[in-house]
Amino acid sequence: MSNSHSVGVVTPQRVRFDTPLALKSGASLPSFELVYETYGTLNATASNAVLVCHALSGSHHVAGTYGDDPKSAGWWDNLVGPGKPLDTNKFFVVGVNNLGGCYGSTGPLSINPENGRRYGADFPLVTVEDWVAAQARLADHLGIDAWAGVLGGSLGGMQALEWSLQFPERIRHALVIASAPKLSAQNIAFNEVARQAILSDPDFHQGHYVERGVVPVTGLRLARMIGHITYLSDDQMGEKFGRQLRHGERRFNYDVEFEVESYLRYQGDKFAGFFDANTYLMMTKALDYFDPAYDFGGDLDAALARAKADFFVASFSTDWRFSPARSREIVSALLHNRRRVAYAEIDCPAGHDSFLLDDRHYHALLRAYLENIAV
Amino acid sequence: MNQTPHSEARERFDYAVIADWIPPGERVLDLGCGDGTLLAYLRETKNVTGYGVEIDADRVLGCIRNGVDVIQIDIERGLSGFEDASFDHVIISQALQAMHATEHVLEEMLRVGREAVISFPNFAFRANREAIRAGHMPVSANLPYDWFQTPNVRFFTLIDFEGLCERLGIEVRERLAFDDQGNAVTDDPNLNGSLVFYRLGRAR
Repeated sequence: MSNSHSVGVVTPQRVRFDTPLALKSGASLPSFELVYETYGTLNATASNAVLVCHALSGSHHVAGTYGDDPKSAGWWDNLVGPGKPLDTNKFFVVGVNNLGGCYGSTGPLSINPENGRRYGADFPLVTVEDWVAAQARLADHLGIDAWAGVLGGSLGGMQALEWSLQFPERIRHALVIASAPKLSAQNIAFNEVARQAILSDPDFHQGHYVERGVVPVTGLRLARMIGHITYLSDDQMGEKFGRQLRHGERRFNYDVEFEVESYLRYQGDKFAGFFDANTYLMMTKALDYFDPAYDFGGDLDAALARAKADFFVASFSTDWRFSPARSREIVSALLHNRRRVAYAEIDCPAGHDSFLLDDRHYHALLRAYLENIAV
Repeated sequence: MNQTPHSEARERFDYAVIADWIPPGERVLDLGCGDGTLLAYLRETKNVTGYGVEIDADRVLGCIRNGVDVIQIDIERGLSGFEDASFDHVIISQALQAMHATEHVLEEMLRVGREAVISFPNFAFRANREAIRAGHMPVSANLPYDWFQTPNVRFFTLIDFEGLCERLGIEVRERLAFDDQGNAVTDDPNLNGSLVFYRLGRAR
């Protein structure tokens, strides 16, 4: 993509809400702030707005760059921009950092107004439902009655699905990619290992590490490493690293020997350098709790009866963390409820991370679906 | 989202034959729906709702471009995401001959649909018989592929198909046959029919 297809230099914005937000857990936030970015122009009838929801480690910075630094490109910059599949010449695109995030929205790093200290571990657990409720406040603020579409991959896809259930009248199209109607036991297990890595780090200090001037780097690093293993496919790891040796020979010690170890350590270090451990813990819990069928005795058909949106559901053949079978569960429930739905199972070697790549066929599908959305 | 870009669809006589069997406003499922042209045509002419099912990635993309709701699954593995009796008609237009699991597909069609509509090329059509007699695999209007590149894997005739239906307890409710010019034939359709259409239900 040439620069002419970039949204260019962008600036995050901030909005404060002073009406308390009742959370799924029973707790309540007296006030909160959300950081967000927008790309494109909202039309006169506000019918062209698309919300892009982020996954575990994402942010409001979906597209464009800060200043002229090309390294600061947004996390879904390959998708969003003028002439790109989510075309900012047509759509007004909104990215928002979710509640509890660590990129500027109210979260564990924020100051608790009750005691003037950072929330840390005292920040209440927020769920996908809570995120969507907070996003609806942002929609109100921006003058958007109904989204033309809500789009997300993985945990972001769960938010798109949740929008269709919590606010059926406020979303016309839900684009649910590489996602699931709930996590499997195996998936929760991976999250639990990640959490234990953080919780058992001596620098965690029951979540109040910032006050002590430390960061549970070791735990965060391990959590990211295990996450990364599950985001890639076995084949792709094999192709990328195989059994390649760092030094061309075996050294019989615990330093980096195999290239895959080097990759994981690099990813872990990078992540631990900027992501907040409390946010990570909370995000994994939000994933674990998400289950719209929970209040319907496990009946997903009944849970999705409220939805009125049209759906685009996509999965990736090599994604074993959010496998095609999970997406097909969503599709089945939508078929049961006679919703309009298109479902694509995309042949892509890159595992769960495929949803972030600019695979030609994947992007052609998104472009085709988005082009047909009337605004 | 609701445009039907394929004006040539109106000229496809086989689509018109199928549309004649579909009452307005029905719920239909089109198996092996290609780029969704038939469904778009039925939506336009009969105001139907429903879905296409397709396995080929490029055709799925075609469906989405055409605003047709397509589900990308392998029909040969069954229609497990679809509930019993959830469609009025399940259609398979010139695609059954390209599937291995013939019996399973037929059973599944009449599980999820009240009736099934099927069209297929008749291997016993006169021109095909002549090709065989001359020592060649047939290449004709409705069997247009050379043997080494045909997507078709099952070659059968009206008599063969009706025999299978009987064995599976499937009732033939209507049958239409057409020659390679698209003219209806009634005289010896197993010899004179090139493309045939069946409307099927469960034997009562």
